[in-house]
Amino acid sequence: MSAGDTPVNSPEIRRLARVLEPGHSYESVTDKIASIVLTRPVSIGWLAGFSIAFTLMMVLMGSIAWLITKGVGIWGINIPIGWGFAIVNFVWWIGIGHAGTLISAILFLLNQQWRTSINRFAEAMTLFAVACAGIFPLIHTGRPWMAYYMFPYPSTMGIWPQFRSPLIWDVFAVSTYGTVSLLFWFVGLLPDLATLRDRAKSRWQQVIFGVLSLGWRGSARHWHRYQSAYLLLAGLATPLVLSVHTVVSFDFAVGIVPGWHTTIFPPYFVAGAIYSGFAMVLTLAIPLRKAYGMEGFITLRHLEQMAKVMLATGLIVAYGYFIEFFMAFYSGNKFDVFLAKQRLHGPYAPFYYALILCNILTPQLLWFKKVRRNIPALFVMSLIINTGMWLERFVIVVISLTRDFMPSAWGRYSPTVWDYATFVGTLGLFTMLIFLFVRGLPAIAISEMRELVHEDSHGSEGHS
Amino acid sequence: MSERRSQLFGVMGEFSTPESLLAATKKAREAGYKHVEAYTPFPVEGLSEAVGFKWTAVPLITLMGGVGGGLTGFGLQYWVAAITYPINIGGRPLNSWPAFIPVTFELTVLGASIFAVFGMLALNKLPQPYHPVFNVERFAQASTDKFFLCIEARDPKFDLVETSKFLQSLHAQHVNEVKDEE
Repeated sequence: MSAGDTPVNSPEIRRLARVLEPGHSYESVTDKIASIVLTRPVSIGWLAGFSIAFTLMMVLMGSIAWLITKGVGIWGINIPIGWGFAIVNFVWWIGIGHAGTLISAILFLLNQQWRTSINRFAEAMTLFAVACAGIFPLIHTGRPWMAYYMFPYPSTMGIWPQFRSPLIWDVFAVSTYGTVSLLFWFVGLLPDLATLRDRAKSRWQQVIFGVLSLGWRGSARHWHRYQSAYLLLAGLATPLVLSVHTVVSFDFAVGIVPGWHTTIFPPYFVAGAIYSGFAMVLTLAIPLRKAYGMEGFITLRHLEQMAKVMLATGLIVAYGYFIEFFMAFYSGNKFDVFLAKQRLHGPYAPFYYALILCNILTPQLLWFKKVRRNIPALFVMSLIINTGMWLERFVIVVISLTRDFMPSAWGRYSPTVWDYATFVGTLGLFTMLIFLFVRGLPAIAISEMRELVHEDSHGSEGHS
Repeated sequence: MSERRSQLFGVMGEFSTPESLLAATKKAREAGYKHVEAYTPFPVEGLSEAVGFKWTAVPLITLMGGVGGGLTGFGLQYWVAAITYPINIGGRPLNSWPAFIPVTFELTVLGASIFAVFGMLALNKLPQPYHPVFNVERFAQASTDKFFLCIEARDPKFDLVETSKFLQSLHAQHVNEVKDEE
């Protein structure tokens, strides 16, 4: 950031660089965040939003029930397109989760202060996104009640999983990711649950938060071990989050299908995951800060930083698209060349162009500070990027499967109403969980905000 | 259980800034108190050293969890693929170790994370729903904006009157007895 004529320490620069509105005390941040959970009455807006999300969640339940009754034939999948929406949605959801871990672990290790007020709900977003993602491969197996076959257990049939298969790696990667995210989230919540326990007025709140806080009392010895464990978890979650989408990309890259069998997939999938995840954090943060008056905690600086991360990861994704094309022609492999041309001229070309528009062209507007500081524009941008990232997975899954080596094996794919219902249903499930979360648990890490107040009052803030 | 309805756990002083608590804790240790504990609403740098806490086993436990998870992961795959359920595919090696790395890695991280979290909780003796400090009414502020120093009764130098006076001399705002009700 070039300061131009403005001295670096001018009040203007300090105001823009703030990650916390001035004038807050330990008490005021605690009060403001805890009151949403403890005392604030349920608003009409919350109820309306929750009802819509709940209804959509019921659509998901209905779709899954019908799927289990009839089988995967109710979807548009068939040979040669066995994957379809289920895998598109799986990859999309799991990618969204990655931003939460990035914010909570990687930015923590890099000592980025601006992560503090967004890490808690970004982690919650991770958990809920992983929950939505996990549904898809499970129901896509056709017989979800047999899903335990994927785990290595001594069965009377004497068979074992094939550990050389990326699909089994996926089972381990996603279940580890879900577990570690949950542990990380809970450890972060522990001191805040104790705060809620101490401030709760009604008996049932005291009991619930009392049980959940495990008797946390904030002694110096507790904090010491706590910080040690938290730092280690951040260090462990960092390679984990990179490994998860790498393994997801192996599901494709290890197969010899044209358009999938490339070495660019792991880094480009990870970048895409972070890209879509930050877009989702913005989609959630912008209404949340408005609805609960959190503009002092989630400041314009946070939104701008997230926009910058989106711009950077978006460029990596653009590089990935370019290299896919370059390698297809550079290798001279006729199937790869054919597939690259299919993306541009095939029956699904409109999806490819829409993807380029959403993921590469539109985000270039983020180069402008005016756009990064324009909240409605950022919100729209985040929705566009989420759409673009969904289209990316659609293009990868569908175009390659409809056009493989022999014309006799070509096909078409069109989703049915049940494909859409299941997808929209998981959006409902996700939104419903977010609604429950913001009222049931502190959406911003209170103890970390108090630390921020402490640092702020000692003038050590400002290293961005 | 015992006939005594309540016994003394210690004396607790309240401070309003982390700096004053840190200074008071150091003075208490200098004065010769050994069983001292400080309670804060957020981690305060240097405080655990000030109460005489030097080393935590959390990193070691985490390492053990990671090593155990990794060995379990690789061992499981090796045992399945090479010993109990070998499948000969075109004469390819049964111990195809590069293909076993992803699962080994995931189980390493899983083992280390689970050990880190549950190790931390176990060392902190959590869950522990009851603790004498909760009997002090003002202690509810320890999770919001107040900082507490507790000198425990098991300390050889502890004396109710003397220790209370000592805490007052450190400019503690409120000095309370901590009762342990059995």
